[in-house]
Parts: sequence; structure tokens; C-alpha cells
Amino acid sequence: MTWVNDHWGDIFTLARSHVWLAGVPLILGLLIALPLGWAARRWSRLYPVLISTSGLLYTIPSLALFVLMPIILGTKVLDPVNVVVAMTIYTVALLVRTVADGLGSVPDHVLQAARAMGYGGLRRFFGVELPLAVPVIAAGLRVAAVSNVSIVSVASLIGVPQLGNLLTDGYDRFITAEIIAGIVACVVLALVFDGLILLGERLLTPWRRAQVVRS
Amino acid sequence: MIRFDDVTKQYPDGTVAVDHLTLTAPTGKITVLVGPSGCGKTTSLRMVNRMIEPTSGTITLDGQDTGRMDEAEMRRGIGYVIQHAGLFPHRTVLDNVGTVPRLLGWDRKKTRDRSRELLERVGLAPELADRYPSQLSGGQQQRVGVARALAADPPVMLMDEPFSAVDPVVRDQLQDVFLDLQSELGKTIVFVTHDIDEAIKLGDQVAVLRVGGKLAQVSDPAYLLTHPVDDFVADFVGRDRGYRSLQFQPAPRLPLRSERTLVVGESTVGLTEPWVLVVDDERRPLGWVEPARVNGEVTSEALHRGGTVARASGSLRGALDAALSSPSRRGVIVDDSGTLVGTVRGHEVLSLIESAERPDVDRPDALAGHRGEGLA
Ligand SMILES: Nc1ncnc2c1ncn2[C@@H]1O[C@H](COP(=O)(O)OP(=O)(O)OP(=O)(O)O)[C@@H](O)[C@H]1O
Ligand SMILES: [Mg+2]
Repeated sequence: MTWVNDHWGDIFTLARSHVWLAGVPLILGLLIALPLGWAARRWSRLYPVLISTSGLLYTIPSLALFVLMPIILGTKVLDPVNVVVAMTIYTVALLVRTVADGLGSVPDHVLQAARAMGYGGLRRFFGVELPLAVPVIAAGLRVAAVSNVSIVSVASLIGVPQLGNLLTDGYDRFITAEIIAGIVACVVLALVFDGLILLGERLLTPWRRAQVVRS
Repeated sequence: MIRFDDVTKQYPDGTVAVDHLTLTAPTGKITVLVGPSGCGKTTSLRMVNRMIEPTSGTITLDGQDTGRMDEAEMRRGIGYVIQHAGLFPHRTVLDNVGTVPRLLGWDRKKTRDRSRELLERVGLAPELADRYPSQLSGGQQQRVGVARALAADPPVMLMDEPFSAVDPVVRDQLQDVFLDLQSELGKTIVFVTHDIDEAIKLGDQVAVLRVGGKLAQVSDPAYLLTHPVDDFVADFVGRDRGYRSLQFQPAPRLPLRSERTLVVGESTVGLTEPWVLVVDDERRPLGWVEPARVNGEVTSEALHRGGTVARASGSLRGALDAALSSPSRRGVIVDDSGTLVGTVRGHEVLSLIESAERPDVDRPDALAGHRGEGLA
């Protein structure tokens, strides 16, 4: 425990970059997955293609993807952008299906009502479809957040610092307290992400908590 | 005026949902499309606002081809009540009602005021405004659906079984509210139902469709009941159509008898009649009592309330039903304010019916002239 007391500053700095490396891809990934998921719903032939492609992407080992990034992007090996882009790819891979399924969960009679009222394409998407898909999308986002927090720690192996460094460093130097601190910090971070998404979902879906008088 | 001109819809799988439909829905009137499940009612309705594209034929709105209009804009000008209400679950009742006004760019305040006004018009308590649809009963949801369609005051309304998901009593109330509104607003309405009673009650004009999307007959309801064009229509309008058509025969001067009455609290001692009518302080009928059973003060619990009450200004059907449903066999007749004017007996109503001319016997089909083809 003395190790932790002596290294609060380091832990905090690493945690901050961990938040950054896991969180930014979460947002970027969601923004990219929204139109892709919409397209998968819109053109039914695209759905299986997008779903299997994203499934495949997710199976690429993270280390391989991190290592490939500089080659594909032409970035420097130690550039954190490599991690951000790789994590964004993972997030998109997870969320395309979620978004497509979320949009698919909107009841057909509600969509028909929206059309009949004179909702045009974009307004219908943002005004009716997306708000109703929030519960499903938020559930997928929580999975992606936890997965991101865990995968990002591998980035220590390519020299991009974050909480994973506590694990590799602790392992190299046999400091058990450091390893435990790394694990606990990752878990706490994952819980924080999870809580924030849950909070956002609650704010966006007041109607789901409305007490049901008759269904 | 909405006009279907030789409209056919064949779905990609080959199903012909609507087959060469030619029909006019006149301005300011209610045209009811009625027929068994799957006969193409919803499909016909949705072709009007282009939610479904016809395979062939044209549909015009006041002479303009709806196929050439901007879809979203046209739809904002047509009120649509979707089957099973179809409210937006994520919006409050008030915001649901304000949907089209907001799409039309009204400001928030004007939209809210208008939405509140409409909730009142369809008979919903103002407290419900901030609820979500899941917190409403089926009947309340359907009222919201109607209010939402009316919100931007469109001249044309398309209504797809708007009152189907509620019990008969509530449905009856909703229908009355709707007729009241319509008598005031005079919209051009196409109303879909599979319930012939609803069609007869609401329609200025009733179009009967048969499975396969063929128009079987279109006429005003009274004529439909007395002159079904073939066996299918005859079957569809039902076995008791003779009785129901009485609804369109206004009662002539009924041979009213005066009735001895009691009020609650009065004594029945000494009365020899088997049944005596009980009224309230304003002579509105409450029910019948059997003096022999009560033998003392008339209490509210002793009242037999089974009989229906008919208005003197109403139809022969109402008068006959009042007589048939009355335990004393004397039908209770009231004036328009609900005050007792007398009673009438079943056989007297029947002889009125027999002496009255059968309505419209040789009248040519008045409204659209289309009588469809007979059963092949
Ligand atoms: N998208 C579709 N693809 C193929 N067939 C369809 C489609 N929609 C409807 N149909 C068929 O077209 C016919 C008419 O359907 P429609 O929904 O218009 O009937 P309806 O009269 O409204 O029935 P209900 O009273 O049950 O609502 C039915 O046989 C139905 O199965
Ligand atoms: Mg239908």
C-alpha cells in the first residue's frame, strides 16, 4: 500500500490518459456507427455484410491492430493516435450491430405514424427513431466502454502510456501492489464509464420510468 | 374531395390488396370503408397520403394528383389516425398532440395552447397532458390519436380503425364525441372500420369492400341496409339489418300514453299495477318498481333499470327498443331534455312501422351510383 501512496501522481496521470484513450474512441465510434447502423437498416442487403465485417474486425488481436496502425496511417510508432484509431475501429465493430438492432427495435406502428404525420427522413431519424433506440444503443455502449477500458491497457506493449503500464511495470519489477493498483484502477474506470452511460441513458429516456398505469 | 380513380395495389409478393377501386369521398362528409379483415382497407387509406404507392390508377385531392405532391408536406395537411393509436412512446401526451404543428414550424407556445385546447375537445382531463402514452388507458390513447390528427386543423382526415381497441361502451362514447366534433368541423373524412355498426352509425356514405380489394357497394347507410346489392353485402350488413334500418326512420307522432309515476321515497301501498315508473324531481325517468314487492317506500335499490329510454324525436328503432326492453312492456319516451313525455307499446310501434312507407324502395342509388358487381 505504501507503493500506492507514493505513486498517486503517476496513477492519476496514467488514469487520465487511459480515460482519453478509451473514451475518445467510444464517442468517435458511436458517431461512425450511427450512420452505418442506419444504413444497415435502410438497405437490408447491407445488414449481413456490415455485421459480418464488423464481427471480423473485432476478432483481430488488439496488439496486431496497434502494431499495424503506424503502417496504415503513416504515423509515428509511439503516437497515441494509433491507439485512438484502433480503439475506434473496435468500438465501431461493436456498435454497428447495436445501432442497427436499436433502430430495428422501434415499433413499426410508431414509424408509420411518424411517416403519416409528415416526418421527413432526417427529422424522423433524430426526432423519433434515435430517441427510441437509446435504450438498446446505451446497453451496447456500456459493453463497448468496458471492453475499451480493458483493451487499451495492452497499449503499454507498444509504448503508449496508460493504466496498463502499472501491470507491465509491476510484472517486470515484481511489485504486486502496483499490479493490484492497475487492476483496481481499471475496474474503477470501467465502473465510472458504465455509470456515466447509465446516467446519460436515464436523462434521455424519462418516458421509460413513467409509471405504467395500463400497458 | 378525395377521388380514387381505377386504383389498384398489388404487393410485390403478388397479393392484390385493392382491385380497380373507383370511389369519391365528398368534401365535408364521412366516407366509411368497411369490410372483413384483409380486404384492403388500410392499403386504400394509405394510398391517399402516399404511404403506399398505388400500382396503377390515380388518387386526387380536390382535383390534384397526390402522386405529384411533395410527400411530407402533403401529409402534414392530412390528419391521420393510425390503427391502434400509434402514439410516440417517448413524448408526453401534449407533445404527441403537437407533433404536426411543430413540424409545420409553429412556435412552442402556440403549439401548446392548441394541444391543450384539443385535449379538452376530445374529452381528456388536462392532468393527462404531461403523461406518457404508456400511462394511458386504451381509450385515452385513441382520444390522443384523434387529437393529434386534428392538431393542425387539416381539411382532410384519414382514420384507420381509430376506436377499435376499446370496449363497446367506450367506443360508443368516442363515436359520439367524434360525431359532435365533425358536425362542428365538417372535415372530409375517410374512416376505416371492420365493424358494420360503426360504419352505419358514422358514415354519410358507406363503401363495402370484399376480400381481394373489390368494391362491393357504396351508398348511404340507410340504403345499404335496405338494398344490399348481393349476398356478400347482405351477409356483411347482418341478419338484423331490418331492425337496424329502423334507426333511419324517424319516429312519427308516437301514440303516447300518460304514465302514473312515483318519486323515490313515496309509498307504493295501495297501488295495484304490476309495474310503476319512478322519476326524479324533474320528471326524468329512473326505472320501474313492482309495488307488490316493495310494499312501502320506494328505495333506489328497488328500481329495475333494465329498460332503454327513447327520445320522442328519435328513430323508430329507439322507440321499439324501449318497448322491448322495458319490464312493463311499456317503452319510456322522453323529450330532448330527458323529461318523461309518456310511454308507448311495442305493438303500437310495429303498426306505425307497418303503416309507414318502406323507405327508399325504388330510389336510384343516390350518392355515387356505383353498385359494384354481383357475386361471380
Ligand atoms: N406489405 C405487404 N406485403 C404483402 N401483402 C400485404 C402487405 N400489406 C398488406 N398486405 C396484404 O394485402 C391485403 C390487404 O391488407 P390491408 O392491411 O389493407 O387489409 P385491411 O382491410 O386493413 O385488414 P385489417 O382489417 O385486418 O386491418 C391483405 O391480404 C394483406 O395480407
Ligand atoms: Mg387495416
